[in-house]
Amino acid sequence: MTDFPVESQVVAPAFISAPRRMYWCVQRELWESRSIYLAPLFVAAFFVFGFLISTFAHRVEPQEIEKPYDFAATAIMGVTFIVAVFYCLDALYGERRDRSVLFWKSLPVSDLTTVLSKASIPLVVLPLLTFAITIVTQSIMLLIRTAALIGSGRSVATMWNGLRWFEMSLGLLYHLLAIHSLWYAPIFGWLLLVSAWAKRAAFLWAALPPFAIGVVEKIAFNTSHFAAMLGNRMSGGEQGALYTATGISMPMTKASPLQFLFSPGMWIGLALAAAFLGAAVWLRRNRDPI
Amino acid sequence: MACIEARGLRKAFGTTIALDGLDLRVEEGRILGLIGPNGAGKTTALNAILGLTPYQGELKVLGRDPWTARDQLMRDVSFIADVAVLPRWIRVSQVVEYVAGVHPRFDRAKAEGFLAKTTIKRASKVRELSKGMVAQLHLALVMAIDAKLLVLDEPTLGLDILYRKQFYDSLLNDYFDRSRTILVTTHQVEEIQDVLTDLMFIDRGRIVLQCSMEEFEARYLEVMVHPDKVAAARALGAMHERQVFGRSILLFDHADREQLAALGDVRTPSIADLFVAVMTSQGAAR
Repeated sequence: MTDFPVESQVVAPAFISAPRRMYWCVQRELWESRSIYLAPLFVAAFFVFGFLISTFAHRVEPQEIEKPYDFAATAIMGVTFIVAVFYCLDALYGERRDRSVLFWKSLPVSDLTTVLSKASIPLVVLPLLTFAITIVTQSIMLLIRTAALIGSGRSVATMWNGLRWFEMSLGLLYHLLAIHSLWYAPIFGWLLLVSAWAKRAAFLWAALPPFAIGVVEKIAFNTSHFAAMLGNRMSGGEQGALYTATGISMPMTKASPLQFLFSPGMWIGLALAAAFLGAAVWLRRNRDPI
Repeated sequence: MACIEARGLRKAFGTTIALDGLDLRVEEGRILGLIGPNGAGKTTALNAILGLTPYQGELKVLGRDPWTARDQLMRDVSFIADVAVLPRWIRVSQVVEYVAGVHPRFDRAKAEGFLAKTTIKRASKVRELSKGMVAQLHLALVMAIDAKLLVLDEPTLGLDILYRKQFYDSLLNDYFDRSRTILVTTHQVEEIQDVLTDLMFIDRGRIVLQCSMEEFEARYLEVMVHPDKVAAARALGAMHERQVFGRSILLFDHADREQLAALGDVRTPSIADLFVAVMTSQGAAR
């Protein structure tokens, strides 16, 4: 056929940039797991509703806004953490269970991009989403309280003046990024790795090894360093201890971000998270599909 | 240029040998049917070609090593692995948007055009579609990708006759041109007999027959022998003999058409009949 040149299809190969591909991968995750935003929204709506009732049912004191604020933040944060755990366990397991991994792998998206897009949900998307939802919830609460105070003919000055709005919001953002993203990163990394590896019962495989290590250590050496380490990780390390004392929305002045961010625990955790994610990428790539 | 070129392709799962030194060459612009019994190594071969599984031996797809260069390769290769692999939770509009978002060679308007010919609703989730509609959707997506190689692994499994027919019709009319290559495995061989340009039988990880459809038609003949000429026909050394309604049908490789015509009705065998003949003679050699 050399004397008969077939006109090759000169469709200029469109280029898809890495950020654009990543954006669509994250969008895909949000389509699949709607609980990522529905669960915190539901809790927030529930909270606002409860707050509305309590505000108009009781005579409230003007300065009593920080406690419910903190409570709302804690509740929303708690539910997003649970969402993150279950999301991670299913992220790389579900696609193998329903065989859709064969469809995803038929598209030019690398395993690294896929795993990173899934890791970005608990590490980036959920903390920022939690922050946004919490701020909106707190603003609505503030409006409700203001309306109630004005309605009963009292001054709102005490409440507004006493409110360290900016400081609290900044403290919340720091908490979300430092603890829920960076400090918890090895937890999410581990869950994603189990999710890439498990053939069934991902939850059990995620929980059993740490539990077994703790038990074996206790029996063999009668110590509980591993359990203590896990406890320290879950409770947020030194910063976590501070929060337990002061509440989630603790002002930044009391936090010691530099010390925390450069603590060995933080960096060991991040290195572990990177290793777990690397292993998850390797598994998705090297394993026979399904 | 060869689209796929394999030399001594091997793959073992533990002690089970799935591919036993496969040599393969598929030229650009061909439609190759890869036919084999269950467990013959078809899917393993496809997985190796698609860079989904590591292998031993030499393999080049579109000039690239599919295992090490998988990410680049997938821009030029599409595949439908089995029918039901579209995620059940996704909406039709979402899957179109997603593929448009990540695939540089995807023509969204083209996909919309193919979908417009079906009754698939944009807002439906895949789980709400019938099996045939899911296949239509997947085909619409794949045909809108300007790929050089399309791999189909049992693409019509579980579909009714109408959908199966339509599947291959759209593939030939709306997608295939001489610059593309299609590799298809299926057990429903009758349906692809007129579609293929090349044929390959694979058994126990080895290629047992490889020919173009022109060669196939020139080489293999089947005779429904007159009852009184059976002995004469058998003397010519048939590959395979079977009985239909009490009459003997003999399948010959490289026989003289004139000579056979004297013995009964001569015709080109179906791929399925040749497959049975080849596999039984293989079985005898086992």
